[in-house]
Amino acid sequence: MNHRYRLCMKTCFQTETKRMAEITIRDAIRQAIDEEMTRDERVFLIGEEVAEYNGAYKVSRGLLEKYGDMRIKDTPITELGFTGLGVGAALAGLRPIVEWMTFNFALLALDQVINNAAKMRYMSGGQFSCPIVFRGPNGPAEYLSSQHSQALQSFFVHIPGLKVVAPSTAYDAKGLIKSAIRDNNPVVVLESELAYGWKGEVPEEEYLVPFGKADVKREGKDVSIIVHGKPLRMVLEAADILATEGISVEVVDLRSLSPLDEETIEQTVQKTNRAVVVDESWPMCSVGSHVVSVISQRCFFDLDAPVALISSEHVPMPYNHTLELAAQPTVEKIVNAAKQVCYK
Amino acid sequence: MAYSIQKDKETLGEVLRKMLLIRVFEERSAQLYGLRKIGGFCHLYSGQEAVAMGTISATDPSKDYILTSYRDHGHALGLGMDPGAVMAELYGKETGCSKGKGGSMHLFDVEKKFFGGNGIVGGQIPVAIGTAFKQRYLNETGVTLCFFGDGAIHQGAFHESINLAKIWQLPVLFIVENNEYGMGTAVSRVSSITEYEKKAAGYGLPGYLVDGMDYFDVYTKTSKAVERARKEHEACIMHVKTYRYRGHSMSDPAKYRSKDELQAYKEKDPIQQLFKHMVKEKMTTKKAYETLEEEIKEIVESAVTFSEESNEPPISSLYEDVFSD
Ligand SMILES: Cc1ncc(C[n+]2csc(CCOP(=O)(O)OP(=O)(O)O)c2C)c(N)n1
Ligand SMILES: [Mg+2]
Repeated sequence: MNHRYRLCMKTCFQTETKRMAEITIRDAIRQAIDEEMTRDERVFLIGEEVAEYNGAYKVSRGLLEKYGDMRIKDTPITELGFTGLGVGAALAGLRPIVEWMTFNFALLALDQVINNAAKMRYMSGGQFSCPIVFRGPNGPAEYLSSQHSQALQSFFVHIPGLKVVAPSTAYDAKGLIKSAIRDNNPVVVLESELAYGWKGEVPEEEYLVPFGKADVKREGKDVSIIVHGKPLRMVLEAADILATEGISVEVVDLRSLSPLDEETIEQTVQKTNRAVVVDESWPMCSVGSHVVSVISQRCFFDLDAPVALISSEHVPMPYNHTLELAAQPTVEKIVNAAKQVCYK
Repeated sequence: MAYSIQKDKETLGEVLRKMLLIRVFEERSAQLYGLRKIGGFCHLYSGQEAVAMGTISATDPSKDYILTSYRDHGHALGLGMDPGAVMAELYGKETGCSKGKGGSMHLFDVEKKFFGGNGIVGGQIPVAIGTAFKQRYLNETGVTLCFFGDGAIHQGAFHESINLAKIWQLPVLFIVENNEYGMGTAVSRVSSITEYEKKAAGYGLPGYLVDGMDYFDVYTKTSKAVERARKEHEACIMHVKTYRYRGHSMSDPAKYRSKDELQAYKEKDPIQQLFKHMVKEKMTTKKAYETLEEEIKEIVESAVTFSEESNEPPISSLYEDVFSD
């Protein structure tokens, strides 16, 4: 586990609910899958090591015993094959959840996602629905070098016909994944290896988190920091530090990348007049750079400073820990960017 | 026996009719392409009719799925899709089966369990094991017919899929329509072995060599394979040797092959073979055939008229059918 994240954030992100249990994001995802599999027999989980091994990151622990090997399916290492199988099953009326061991390996399956899952409805003039969820850990972990530490959201967000979400709290993970499983379209869920152990409060009663709605994780008035996925924690930490220096930060967690909640982005920038966008993927054609473009189109006259983008450096990820941290957004980089747009 | 040679006149008459419909439709499409009524990539099926008809006749349309590549007009018409809706799709009109959004390569009919029409070489193969998976998941008795070209058999997608079909006992027929070429590339130049039926052994599955110019051979062997898939959930490779009379697509003059080669296949023309058989069995006559030909030309002409008279899709449809509710 990464020491940077050991400090458990006590922030309560959600509106009051009666009884809240603290669970990990890993458990929140499993609960979502479990509940939806109970609710609908057409839902099944397929991927490498999801059944007997309980999942490479133990997300599916216990599900094989509960649902049997027709619904929790271990596959050979054939990303293209089993992803396409999911697409065909979805087109024929089932509701597959395809787990990619990590998104790095999803690159081998992109043809099925982009050319089939995302396109069949359109190309057929609306004859098909493709209710399928593609999920797994995306983005850098630690000490993994270049092929295993990539934030690939741009590949999916770029494609019409796909929905893309990036939960970074237990509450959002459960609610978004339940929504994803019930959605009649292909949904890509970007999880994070380093965030699976993060704890957060999740209500006992059933709830869904809708797509297309960003969440203001912290209100503030001086500068907006817009983020999605794992870097949310860093941003919240940066906001704490900035508060001690008299800078009030509004933290917007996009949660849903496609569709994107442009209204909330506009509202927050209109309120603070300054924005820092944080994205752990590379800067070119990224979600972050797109958010910057949205701000420039919708909020040009509201801005008191140029928008800052804190992304990963445009280099493959190195193995060495000092180097790999330097390649990514850090609390320090975020704090400095916020100060810079506040001219402090 | 389900797979004995079909003898009854009605059934064979219908097969002959559909094969002729495909041929006439394709030849008319070629003309219309020349007139720029049809654009883009347009891959014709002339010469391969016995493959679509021999296989489709052996299926149960109420429960069997069919998927193929961009060379899909023959399967669509063979399955009984309305020639007007197919031609209008080639025209890109709103009355097309895909509302003008798919074109020649993307014909679909969800009601008929026809899942296209895929433009990526090998792209339909993993999808096909998915429909077969659904059939197993829901304990249905249907099977999936997955067609693809000789060019697609080298794709990883095929090898991943056939392995999955074996380990999970998916009822799918991998039907290779070997028409000797993938675009301009002869199979012998790119295939480790050209006896594709033998590849099945590497996956512990049966492989069948089929004469794709002979309707009866296709029908008989497919019936047998369908039965095994239905009852024993056994997948297979059907290596169907066939030939396309035209170039790869409308822009291909096919200079990489000889006139003699083409002629040799035309002498084994699948439609003529079936017709001659039916004459021999006294199921039809030359005169009846001529009448049938006229009738079919009229059907195709009315499909053309329908397409000509149909509207362009409205610009407002651009954002429709991206997502389902
Ligand atoms: C993945 C991919 N690569 C290349 C192409 C371009 N392409 C279209 S058809 C074709 C030849 C395929 O030949 P074959 O599989 O034998 O089918 P046939 O056209 O003979 O029916 C090629 C190379 C493509 N559509 N998809
Ligand atoms: Mg070929």
